Amino acid sequence: MDNFIKRIFSKEPSSADQAKDRLRLVLINDRTDLSSEAMESLKDDLLDVLSRYIKIDPKSVRIDITQEGRQQRLIADIPIAGPVSRKY
Amino acid sequence: MSAKVLTITSGKGGVGKTTATANIGAALAKRGQKVACIDADIGLRNLDVVMGLENRIVYDLVDAVEGRCRLNQAMIKDKYIPGLYLIPSAQTRDKTAVSPSDMIRLCNELRSDLDWILIDSPAGIERGFKNAIAPADEVLVITNPEVSAVRDADRIIGIVEAEEKGSPRLLLNRLNPEMVKQNNMLSADDVVDLLAIHLLGIIPEDKAVLISTNKGTPIALDEKSLAGQAYRNIAQRLLGEDVPLLDLDKGSGFFNRISSVFGSGEK
Repeated sequence: MDNFIKRIFSKEPSSADQAKDRLRLVLINDRTDLSSEAMESLKDDLLDVLSRYIKIDPKSVRIDITQEGRQQRLIADIPIAGPVSRKY
Repeated sequence: MSAKVLTITSGKGGVGKTTATANIGAALAKRGQKVACIDADIGLRNLDVVMGLENRIVYDLVDAVEGRCRLNQAMIKDKYIPGLYLIPSAQTRDKTAVSPSDMIRLCNELRSDLDWILIDSPAGIERGFKNAIAPADEVLVITNPEVSAVRDADRIIGIVEAEEKGSPRLLLNRLNPEMVKQNNMLSADDVVDLLAIHLLGIIPEDKAVLISTNKGTPIALDEKSLAGQAYRNIAQRLLGEDVPLLDLDKGSGFFNRISSVFGSGEK
């Protein structure tokens, strides 16, 4: 009961939840051999290329690696804001 | 007979590979199977003390591989259970004394006379580990509900799959149901979710395991211990029987178990 009350009043997630969240990220890094910095630069490069063809609002873009069983998947959700204003 | 070769490995040290090897071996032999447990940790021999056979060693794995003895001379009969044997590791050599192809040849020689060959792998991902998984028909990965152990288990699973040994099955050792309930330990579901392999068994944390290791007797023969029950169930599952996972919520206390027998359990 004590624990239950503590959990309701504290903002910190339980240590088991922290362990799971941390492990999830570590395992994705280990399995893909992709650090979080490399992942950031992958996102930037991807958006650079896409912006040549379509207008993108960088704030609404979501690119993540998700886990499906032991398979990693790169999921990109990129809303198109409109066509790139052509200069010609 | 043609034995199935089962390698127990973990990546991280100290998660319970040797104890699991000794007890799964004991539980299988108790069900009438003929079993040899091989200690593949050359230079760090310890399956012999866990099985309580340290005083009976004459020849070891390296002697057998290098032809200083016949294979059956290196097989030590268990004190308690007929049909259970140990092939001890060498203490004064290192892991380069044996190669993966030596291990395959040795297991092939043993196969016709046994039902199971259990290999206790050393920690790590180097030569000793490669030796241990080379002859495996199936690999069991053992871990604890702890971040470092789970991470290493994931790495090992990746290597085993890359070596085309199939998807290993998981043993989750030292789970403390009380701590899981308080949200202070990864649950079995959490670990299975992260590692995404089939769970073969959960062994609860149990003081009786250390006590039985102190004495050199297998916990799998202790009818009162929950960990012993877990090992007996694992052996049954390996034999293809459909045994549900232990309900660890009931607790391991004597009164809890008595009350659940009479249908007045808390849960």
